[in-house]
Amino acid sequence: MSKPLKQIHLAAHFPGVNNTTVWSDPEAGSHIEFSSFAHFARTAERAKFDFLFLAEGLRLREQGGKIYDLDVVGRPDTFAILTALAAVTDRLGLTGTINSTFNEPYEVARQFASLDHLSDGRAAWNVVTSWDAFTGENFRRGGFLPQGERYSRAKEFLATANELFDSWRGDEIVADQQAGTFLRDARAGAFVHKGQHFEIEGQFNVPRSPQGRPVIFQAGDSDDGREFAAAGADAIFSRYSTLKEGQAFYTDVKGRLARYGRTHDQLLILPAATFVLGDTDAEARELAREVRRQQVSGATAIKHLEFVWNRDLSAYDPDGPLPDIDPDLGEHTIARGRAQVRMYRDPLATAREWRERAAANNWSIRDLVIETGSRQSFVGSPATVAETIDSFVQADASDGFILVPHITPGGLDAFADTVVPLLQERGVFRTEYEGTTLRDHLGLAHPDADAPGERVAS
Amino acid sequence: MASTPPSSLPSSSPSASSTPSSSALHLAVALDGAGWHPAAWREPVARPRELLTAGYWAGLVTEAERGLLDFVTIEDGLGLQSSHFTEPDGRTDQVRGRLDAVLIAARVAPLTRHIGLVPTVVATHTEPFHISKAIATLDYVSTGRAGLRVQVSARQNEAAHFGRRTFPRFDIEDLDTPAVREVTTDLFDEAADYVEAVRRLWDSWEDDAEIRDVATGRFIDRDKLHYIDFEGRHFSVKGPSITPRPPQGQPVVSALAHQSTPFQLVGRSADIGYVTPHDLDQARAIVDEIRAAQTAAGRAGDTLHIFADLLVFLDDDPGTAAARRERLDSLAGHPYTGDARVFTGTPAQLADLLLELRQAGLSGFRLRPAVVGHDLPQITRGLVPELQRRDAFRRAYEADTLRGLLGLTRPANRYAAATV
Repeated sequence: MSKPLKQIHLAAHFPGVNNTTVWSDPEAGSHIEFSSFAHFARTAERAKFDFLFLAEGLRLREQGGKIYDLDVVGRPDTFAILTALAAVTDRLGLTGTINSTFNEPYEVARQFASLDHLSDGRAAWNVVTSWDAFTGENFRRGGFLPQGERYSRAKEFLATANELFDSWRGDEIVADQQAGTFLRDARAGAFVHKGQHFEIEGQFNVPRSPQGRPVIFQAGDSDDGREFAAAGADAIFSRYSTLKEGQAFYTDVKGRLARYGRTHDQLLILPAATFVLGDTDAEARELAREVRRQQVSGATAIKHLEFVWNRDLSAYDPDGPLPDIDPDLGEHTIARGRAQVRMYRDPLATAREWRERAAANNWSIRDLVIETGSRQSFVGSPATVAETIDSFVQADASDGFILVPHITPGGLDAFADTVVPLLQERGVFRTEYEGTTLRDHLGLAHPDADAPGERVAS
Repeated sequence: MASTPPSSLPSSSPSASSTPSSSALHLAVALDGAGWHPAAWREPVARPRELLTAGYWAGLVTEAERGLLDFVTIEDGLGLQSSHFTEPDGRTDQVRGRLDAVLIAARVAPLTRHIGLVPTVVATHTEPFHISKAIATLDYVSTGRAGLRVQVSARQNEAAHFGRRTFPRFDIEDLDTPAVREVTTDLFDEAADYVEAVRRLWDSWEDDAEIRDVATGRFIDRDKLHYIDFEGRHFSVKGPSITPRPPQGQPVVSALAHQSTPFQLVGRSADIGYVTPHDLDQARAIVDEIRAAQTAAGRAGDTLHIFADLLVFLDDDPGTAAARRERLDSLAGHPYTGDARVFTGTPAQLADLLLELRQAGLSGFRLRPAVVGHDLPQITRGLVPELQRRDAFRRAYEADTLRGLLGLTRPANRYAAATV
């Protein structure tokens, strides 16, 4: 008897403010109206997905000193939209990115605890660290952090939030109407935290929520990020959706867990993945080519090149060859509010490599950007996609995927209707929710506030 | 939606059958835990173990909507509830613990259709950028029914929850001392800045900024997005918002005010002020002071509603209501007193009082149910029909948005106007 099949975890990421989202398609709807979010969430729940995921942005992106206008711009508030979605779903987990730099632990902890109460235990928090002073201009703190302090603040922020979540054990409210005792303990919620980034004390005013604490997700691929996830996260988002890269990442991150006294099933690895479905593999490949052309217009291609070149390249022809000048290595001033900019740590090397690849393949600027920047993870018939996803998970390239459709809000519908039933037939994906909370879906234990070692020392 | 004005404003729908008479008043209800009396949770109807559930709040707001009320407010605070004015009381015999009011409002929004949702927001410790997008999003999820009630906090313990500022210790009797005045004036000035920043962020996208111009590949017209460049004494905000202009353009801003400093905030910044007069003369004096502040702020032409707050014990006969109040007072160990006048009696008697007080120039009332499970249905099923009989309250919702219900037009975008 071979080892039992791993069960796949699936989540849905509402398409966001980047060029992956094809807004020009006639089927593309609003990315702001609640009806779009409700449709998307109901589809994910109909398909028995683990959770829905929302990213966050706190400053509109700029390029060349102007607000970027080629992609979807704007999004709703994460907490408010997730909580509203709790009203139109029953089981689906509700995950949001909340930045630890432009928030305070007391407020964020009470928002997540409130979301967990109001969703009967379906809240999850993707903890991210600061961007930069550019984003900070929208906040009182004004601030930002040196690179080296980002994870230090994030770690302390999360530890402090956990202290607040754990400041109620869960049995304090007795509400004895006859005796007139509402609270068993006048000090319920008491906390003291004195650290490098926060010195706070008092009483947390949200009693313990159904999950005890929200599920903690972490994204980020640096060594610090991987270590942060291994130390305390329940799941990590990665961007490795090829088999080999996925397996390497999986092995590395899971290998870090033992140091923290944790086992392999206490941290799920969930890469983001895109998909294009067709009736046949050939049809899907054709469709995928069309989608890529929609995602990368000539103007978009030039803008993407500017992330690396850090220069105004608007005079270049997107259907022509790559610029022969080198990137400007000074402070990056062209694109602001962009995570992608940080992905190219050596612009000279990237530019050289891109020129060589373009020359070798006779690619234009637009061809190059399409080929390097917008590869779909899964392309094929429903049977092919189901087979591929399953094989990735069984081969320990991931524990599942966070699917990002390219159309709002109906982009998940076909996947739910065609791929999910095939995964269910293979016996690798649930046909019904077995539990009610997100922790149940993810197979994570409910944290006990009294467990030794669970509380972070103050 | 953002580019579509509300379809039916009272001013544009003169149909006599669906529009209440000119004497119609506005009614809101203030929701807080099991009710405003500290012993409310001990009533059999109270369901004190459900105060942190979505079902509890959905039930209350649905009941308020059944009564055709203009809106509900949802109380909040950044510390445990306390019977003491400025500090924790360590008591265990009253309801303690509460959920974030903005999120309660967002949770019930998809379950209701007409009623306005006005959560409390503490300006002292939160970020205008976050609150602006949260209330804008509440406006989207409720399709145009969002507001906020802005509040300040000078509590030392709440400041310690954030660790960024400190306040002197004081009691309610110290409010008129110069030192405490300086603190409260500063907090209310900051709150005014906060509201200004929030309002600018709501306007930072013009309604038709999203163009989806396939020919040029542009999703937005960036000339219709605006940096707000707000600079105040306590904070600055660059903008624009991350969230497009909400359906109402400007959700409804409200504040509770008891004395001159907060009256200034209401006059300067609010669409609704809640006040606490104890009789007609006092109501007249307060209304005069707020109108003067409004005029001084250059807003004489704007609609600014003034609602009186009343805490209510309502029963079918006055003796029952009085006995209930006594029973609750005795459970609490002392007679209930608070900032607002306490009314004890029948819905018909309350209707008499409201119509009398209104002569001071009040637009309506925000009623605080002593026991929400009892007094809220008394409002929706007793008071409301009584007011309808007197032709003083609507018989159906006559608008789809909170601004519409309140007779507030959808405001032009300040930045769009500036560039014409």
